[in-house]
Amino acid sequence: MKTQGEEEGIRTTGIPSEEELEASPGYPKAEALRKGPIVVIECVQDIPCNPCEAACPKGAIKVGDPITSLPIFDAEKCNACGTCIPICPGQAIFRVDMTYSEDKASVSFPYEFLPLPKKGDIVQGVNRAGEVVCDATVLRVQQPKGFDHTAVITLSVPKHLAMKVRSLKRRKASIKE
Amino acid sequence: MVEPMNKVKVAVVGAGAAGISASIEAARAGAKVVLIDENERPGGQLFKQIHKFFGSEAHRAGIRGIQIGTDLLEQAKEAGVQIRLNTVVYGLFAEKCLGLMCGDHTEELQADVIILATGASENTLAFPGWTLPGVMGAGAAQTLINIHRTLPGDRVLMVGAGNVGLIVSYQLLQAGAEVVASVEGLPYIGGYGVHASKIRRAGVPILLSHTVLRAEGHESVERAVISQVDKNWVPLQGTEKTLEIDTLCLAVGLSPLAELAWMAGCQFIHISPMGGWIPVHDENMQTTLPGIYVAGDLTGIEEASTAMEEGRLAGLAAAEALGCLSFEEGAMKKAEVRERLETLRIGSFGKGRSLAKKQILESRGTV
Repeated sequence: MKTQGEEEGIRTTGIPSEEELEASPGYPKAEALRKGPIVVIECVQDIPCNPCEAACPKGAIKVGDPITSLPIFDAEKCNACGTCIPICPGQAIFRVDMTYSEDKASVSFPYEFLPLPKKGDIVQGVNRAGEVVCDATVLRVQQPKGFDHTAVITLSVPKHLAMKVRSLKRRKASIKE
Repeated sequence: MVEPMNKVKVAVVGAGAAGISASIEAARAGAKVVLIDENERPGGQLFKQIHKFFGSEAHRAGIRGIQIGTDLLEQAKEAGVQIRLNTVVYGLFAEKCLGLMCGDHTEELQADVIILATGASENTLAFPGWTLPGVMGAGAAQTLINIHRTLPGDRVLMVGAGNVGLIVSYQLLQAGAEVVASVEGLPYIGGYGVHASKIRRAGVPILLSHTVLRAEGHESVERAVISQVDKNWVPLQGTEKTLEIDTLCLAVGLSPLAELAWMAGCQFIHISPMGGWIPVHDENMQTTLPGIYVAGDLTGIEEASTAMEEGRLAGLAAAEALGCLSFEEGAMKKAEVRERLETLRIGSFGKGRSLAKKQILESRGTV
């Protein structure tokens, strides 16, 4: 956890630093990422919050007591179903599949802006700072009722950007019908 | 001739998160409850909170505030709470008598127990141009977009990176506005990092150690001049930047709306990080005046989840005081609420609030 006055980190930039992510027990290790689709929890602050724990049907996420503990993620138990993604009020849970294809990875993230993209659309993938880092193809747009208006978007992105792309560049809604 | 005064067992002032929760608990225990609000709709700030809440399952984490508000109102109706809207409580007089202003006439209402849940009002910031149309509280902008479905403008500058500033920035983006920047005088982001992350991903820069110097414009805001500040909040010359905007939102804290508690003669304590003057209360949320209880932001600025729990506590304590709940039942239910409240005040974001709450209890001397 970063304390006040330290240089780069979520408290000064709004972006979790590499060190904060690596230190978080929700962030999967590189070898787990290589194996196939997996959930990536980017929760680095001791907020009293635990809906991810109950959401996981596989028991792969544990917050426990006290409720401010960071979620501990068990990569072995995770089947990458992604149920936890729209539940997280902090929108801090993602899904990454490094094995999607030869040169592409897939990245899933929560998204609450209209208009939603459609499957097959080419959109701009953005990093945690909102900077466009690549063009990306929309593979899936999930928005069942249980997600309560939080869509989960899956993009295919160049493999080396799998741990960089965390959203898509917001498109302006047209007021006209 | 003096008309006989209206009487009620429990009068709750303010139908927000705390007030509705208090009403539900008191009414479920069997007390006759009147819940009064000056607005035309109940719910306080809950119906503006379109984001998913943090917390535990017991706090309804992962559910949007608007849904929580809908459910609470439903529960209040089921419990038989009488809700009086468009009714301003203008005074709290001797013998726990409330002065009500309803439309074109006034009424008096005397209650055995009064629960004040009047919430808070937004702080403002004075700078040249602050009276120009387009300069508003972040809460006002949130009301416009989420209740009235009207965008206050297209290009917004948000001042303050606490949770309110961050959440309203996100919701302005959702409503279709551009948030040009979020500026914060402190050298760090006061709100939850995850709220900051959401607006960063959406392309909003967060400028720390920055403040707004002035707003400019002919008939409404057209530009804002911001600058960096040193650690004493003194603007650094040569760091000024001009931003083209049409809306400037201030998210610079809240102050408890404590007028009725002052008027009644409750003892107060000043705790700056909790928003200023706060009515002293005990573990049952009872003020220094027997039969007058407080809950929610009035008792120190926190958030909706704590407000709901404090409301429940006040409602249970009121019911117990009226004999609607046995000592044992009251003690058990209050202990459950207190435990849930505790979990909302741990960790680096809750520690300060937990200490402040202890300070309030201790300032009373006895519990």
